[in-house]
Amino acid sequence: MSNKFIPHTEEDIRVMLDKIGVDTIDDLYSDVPAEVVYKEEYDVPSAMSEIELRKHFETLGKKNKPLTIFAGGGVYDHYSPSVINHLLARSEFYTAYTPYQPEISQGTLQYIFEYQSIISELTGMEATNASMYDGATATAEAMFMMVASAKKRNRVLISSTVADRVVEVVKTYAKFHGVDITIIPEKNGITDLDAMKEELAKGDVAGVILPSPNKYGILEDYTGVADCMHAEKAYMAINADPSALAVIRTPAEWGADIACGDGQSLGMPLNFGGPYLGYISCAKGMLRKMPGRVVGATKDADGKRAYVLTLQAREQHIRREKATSNICSNQSLMALYATIYVALMGKQGMKELNRIACDGAHYLYSKLIESGKFTPAYPGLPFLKEFVVKTDLDIEAINSRLLDNGIMGGINLGEGKVAFAVTEKRTKEEIDNLVTLMLS
Amino acid sequence: MSKILENLRYADSHEWVKLEDGIATVGITDYAQHALGSIVYVDMPEEGDEVTAGEEFGAVESVKAASDLISPVSGTVIEINTALEDSPELVNEDAYGNWIMKVEVSDPAEVEKLLDAEGYAKICEE
Amino acid sequence: MKYYDKLIFELSRPGRKGYELPATDFGHDAFAEMPATLMREKDADLPEVSELDVVRHYTNLSNKNFGVDTGFYPLGSCTMKYNPKINEELAALPAFTQIHPLQDEKSIQGALELYWNLQHALSNIAGLYEFTLNPYAGAHGELTGLMVMRQYHIANGDLKRTKVIVPDSAHGTNPASAMVAGLQVVEVKSKPNGSIDVEDLKPLLDDTVAGIMMTNPNTLGMFETEIMEIAKLVHEAGGLLYYDGANLNPLLGKVRPGDMGFDIMHINLHKTFSTPHGGGGPGSGPVGVVEKLAKFLPNPRVKKNSDGSFTITTDEDSLGSISTFLGNFGVMMKAYAYILTLGKENLKNVGPMATLNANYIKESLKDDYLLPIEGVCKHEFVFDGLKDKSTGVTTLNVAKRLLDYGFHAPTIYFPLLFHESMMIEPTETEALETLDEFIEVMHKVAAEAKENPDLVKDAPVTTLVRKLDETGAAKNPILTYRHLVSEDNK
Repeated sequence: MSNKFIPHTEEDIRVMLDKIGVDTIDDLYSDVPAEVVYKEEYDVPSAMSEIELRKHFETLGKKNKPLTIFAGGGVYDHYSPSVINHLLARSEFYTAYTPYQPEISQGTLQYIFEYQSIISELTGMEATNASMYDGATATAEAMFMMVASAKKRNRVLISSTVADRVVEVVKTYAKFHGVDITIIPEKNGITDLDAMKEELAKGDVAGVILPSPNKYGILEDYTGVADCMHAEKAYMAINADPSALAVIRTPAEWGADIACGDGQSLGMPLNFGGPYLGYISCAKGMLRKMPGRVVGATKDADGKRAYVLTLQAREQHIRREKATSNICSNQSLMALYATIYVALMGKQGMKELNRIACDGAHYLYSKLIESGKFTPAYPGLPFLKEFVVKTDLDIEAINSRLLDNGIMGGINLGEGKVAFAVTEKRTKEEIDNLVTLMLS
Repeated sequence: MSKILENLRYADSHEWVKLEDGIATVGITDYAQHALGSIVYVDMPEEGDEVTAGEEFGAVESVKAASDLISPVSGTVIEINTALEDSPELVNEDAYGNWIMKVEVSDPAEVEKLLDAEGYAKICEE
Repeated sequence: MKYYDKLIFELSRPGRKGYELPATDFGHDAFAEMPATLMREKDADLPEVSELDVVRHYTNLSNKNFGVDTGFYPLGSCTMKYNPKINEELAALPAFTQIHPLQDEKSIQGALELYWNLQHALSNIAGLYEFTLNPYAGAHGELTGLMVMRQYHIANGDLKRTKVIVPDSAHGTNPASAMVAGLQVVEVKSKPNGSIDVEDLKPLLDDTVAGIMMTNPNTLGMFETEIMEIAKLVHEAGGLLYYDGANLNPLLGKVRPGDMGFDIMHINLHKTFSTPHGGGGPGSGPVGVVEKLAKFLPNPRVKKNSDGSFTITTDEDSLGSISTFLGNFGVMMKAYAYILTLGKENLKNVGPMATLNANYIKESLKDDYLLPIEGVCKHEFVFDGLKDKSTGVTTLNVAKRLLDYGFHAPTIYFPLLFHESMMIEPTETEALETLDEFIEVMHKVAAEAKENPDLVKDAPVTTLVRKLDETGAAKNPILTYRHLVSEDNK
């Protein structure tokens, strides 16, 4: 029976069976109806040694091609400082369970408290939970929070300038849970606020979900929007890029009640789509409608500062079908990732990387426009690190050429539109090379 | 042994009611506060909300438990006990002195159908 | 170990930094020209610390944690097995971590092949037709599975099927997931031995029932021997059977959920397939279904082309999307490595050895701890506290005393069927000597409870912090450093 992960010797097994008072291992399964006992061998490969396993992964890895990334679409190729992976590799962090025994989990509890503090600083909101699965599910949970808070209202508006993949997930959750979703149309790349106001005036809207920046990279101007919503007793949620929040106007400054989004932009590796994390922050008044785990500061019996999971009465293990959500975990290790990342980058670094990304994106934008082959898709609208241009060129052919040269070009949005993203990792030379290849 | 007052009416979901001039004052019983332990939050309705007998109107939370509040009467909420917003522990200190809501009842007869002290005492013994 | 309680914010000094970015010159500072109305008014108050500050701070924090690598973690229902180190290394290979989810399919064939291989290994192990790996966690898998259930009935035009039957002993996520999926929960009672009461189930099975959620073995660690009868009844009533995979570990090598009549299930890769719990996540909760339900699985999906290449597709009949991309890919890589390491020769021993370990502890401790249900258990079992109730020592006290002895506590006060539940799950990766040490300490705690109950009630005493004021934390929630400072200044 023995294997490097299963330590049982024949002697061990005999001693244990004797103690239990049965003769064979099969006796431990005597209560299983014979008709369901699986008698075949699993259709999986034979056991591999580390040497074979490593080769297998290397073979698979060779079928992937890491590229120089000029695309975003909600996932940004920001730099991940070396320190983070070294600290995440400490097994006291990654082999721990949820910190239900606070006396021996202060490490996890404290970094979650720091994470909540950092995200609250970025969003400007008073409270943040211990993290959600991803930005899309966090946005769906924000929708539920608004419906639960706005008694007897069951309709939520979402701008069509929120990322399509986020809207899809929100729609799925809404469809099954029974929330009515209305998409607010866009006009020239931004939310049609007049259309939004018309919907609000119907008096049945629980809340509105808006993006910042939006799916085209544009920073929309929400001046006065919160007042409109609150006048109609609707809540306002903003799905925002947390990296950009170090410099752009925050959800709190716009007057939002909830901020949510994906934490990937906080230096997380691309990881083929996950794990990342979803964050959700809210104003104090909505705290008890917030889903998921929350860590609070307290003291121990000796008066020492300590941290503990709190407000648990909202959660599934206590409230069962009356819980605010069914979530039973958080992306804890990714919350640690985000925390260490922001600690390293700090107050200045978070601004500096945004400045470099913004300057680089505008440099690429100018080069494309100057070439005469591209025109602005949304002229005059401000963007930070991601933007859309229009062209008559064959985008697929360009992207195929770029791929052959180890580059991931912009995302083809159709109708001749293509979206580029530039992070602090992209140099002037890389951008010049991109433009040359695109025009060749 | 938890306290049960003679002059009140009770619901089997452990709320008490005192009806005076068409206004019902509602709280949770001493037995209920004891079962919950240290109360950390009382989720109350808003003034003007309609409540229905037998339906939920809020919740009481302790650290590791939560219990829905079931309205023993139907009517309109005219006042909530705002002192509980900052000091939910008052319910632990005196469950009958610290009511949760006052309701202008639409059907005073509903109160008659509730348990008296003796009937409620039996439920608590079970 | 020294006591350390600083927050990263408290190490901050204006002007200090823990990063270097390249000097750049794009010839034009576009950032400076951004419209002020769209920019932050006030800087975020983020830490300003050196790289060494960060390294030492988080290393100190890690020392305040207990993990599987620290010691035995008999946490019932959580399957805290060993997390193989090679898996961490493989999941960190740049060929996988540095690919963007929207890259051209030609450039991500290795990732798609891995996803597809894992889908198919799980299908075979579960005895089901097809899997999606997109759900991020067990509860997310439950939600996805229930959406599949509803989508199936909706596609059949059977709109009145909106009830889901859940045993009163179920994991709390079951009813909560049903609520999120828009289903009404109907509870079915358990018999004294924790298994579903078939007679109680029968009258619930009408034409409004969408399905039933079960876990087998159930939350008491007992095999539901009447599963085939239950499956037949539910299917005859037009409902589907959902299998909560939280308790799958003891079945590896012995029983496949699909063979017991389950139509839908989720698997917790972070339980059965050894991926780390990460202090609460990220996990992964793949969902498998029988053939007739495959078309309802969430988008996007990974398919194999006739030429052997792999592709990402979306299905018209799908319930929709439940994740931004293809789930927690980094976690899947570790589960895949685990399956390949054990291989077909060893995977089949996982369940039996996990079951052996659990029964060994149970039989060794039942003199001191109250065993409410006799008989062979599977991967876990439940004690209803100490046998001797006269000392006033509770399950919570015993759990905290274990911390003093360097063990993690069992799961306590779940399931809700008993007042003093103490749920113990050793997993197959623990050796006899470790189990014996645990058994010895459990006996010792039972003896202490008799001789010196206050010692147990005051536990823990050797941990870095002692009993916490949880009431204060919930009454006045302090959730950020900013708030903590303002409280301290009061």
